[in-house]
Amino acid sequence: MVFINGTEQELKGKSVEEVITAMNYDKRTIAVELNEEIVSKADYINTILKDDDVLEVVSFVGGG
Amino acid sequence: MIPTKQEFYQALEERHGADNQRKFSDATVAICGLGGLGSNIAICLARAGIGKLILIDFDDVDVTNLHRQQYKASQVGLPKCQALKENLLEINPYISIECHNTKVTEDNVYTLIEDADIVCEAFDKAWCKSMLVNAVLEGFKDKPIIAGSGMAGFGSANDIATRKVSGRLYISGDGVSDVNDGIGLVASRVMVCAAHEAHMVLRFLMGCETP
Repeated sequence: MVFINGTEQELKGKSVEEVITAMNYDKRTIAVELNEEIVSKADYINTILKDDDVLEVVSFVGGG
Repeated sequence: MIPTKQEFYQALEERHGADNQRKFSDATVAICGLGGLGSNIAICLARAGIGKLILIDFDDVDVTNLHRQQYKASQVGLPKCQALKENLLEINPYISIECHNTKVTEDNVYTLIEDADIVCEAFDKAWCKSMLVNAVLEGFKDKPIIAGSGMAGFGSANDIATRKVSGRLYISGDGVSDVNDGIGLVASRVMVCAAHEAHMVLRFLMGCETP
């Protein structure tokens, strides 16, 4: 099981890219941290999730 | 009569304690974007006695900015970093300010913020926020970034909070209120979010890493 934004989901074996796409995130407006380390956008496709991974996806909204 | 430097810092020490004031005075904070968020963050940090601010924005002051940004009517047409620097020096004549009248890109971001101890993200566009946060977390090992996301509209100010996402990433805002949703924008709510970012800067400098 993988924690994504605090919720447990069965995502083991999926890439970060697959998860982002499946959850309809806009890659241009997000930041992804895996186990408290930033994942470069170029690495979304080759970063494969494992059991007990903790994924945080921050999706920014406009204004400032 | 303008207080002397000694009088100015003595007043701050009486408020903050000498130890905390030293931490604030020794710090350099980069503020990326000088609009509703950034200009208000800058005012808070200048008043708190932060030693140096790096101010970055390519834009000029417009009449539509006066509604929430820390500029004066007489400054419409001036570059924001120049106008804000003037305003900050009237508040704290002893603060050090480095201005960059430029757009932050993936090519120049590292050079612009490398001297900062902490970065405040205060852009308007979501993709710019994403670009800056990714650049800071990927490009530096120690620099924390406090970003703003979700401060539009007239919803409850109580919905604005600061969340620690990880060791170096903090997000202030309600996370959802997008200025592009046509829900409006108002000084009071934007200032709450800006104060959240500024307050997190001060807490971090004091050694409190929780919001």
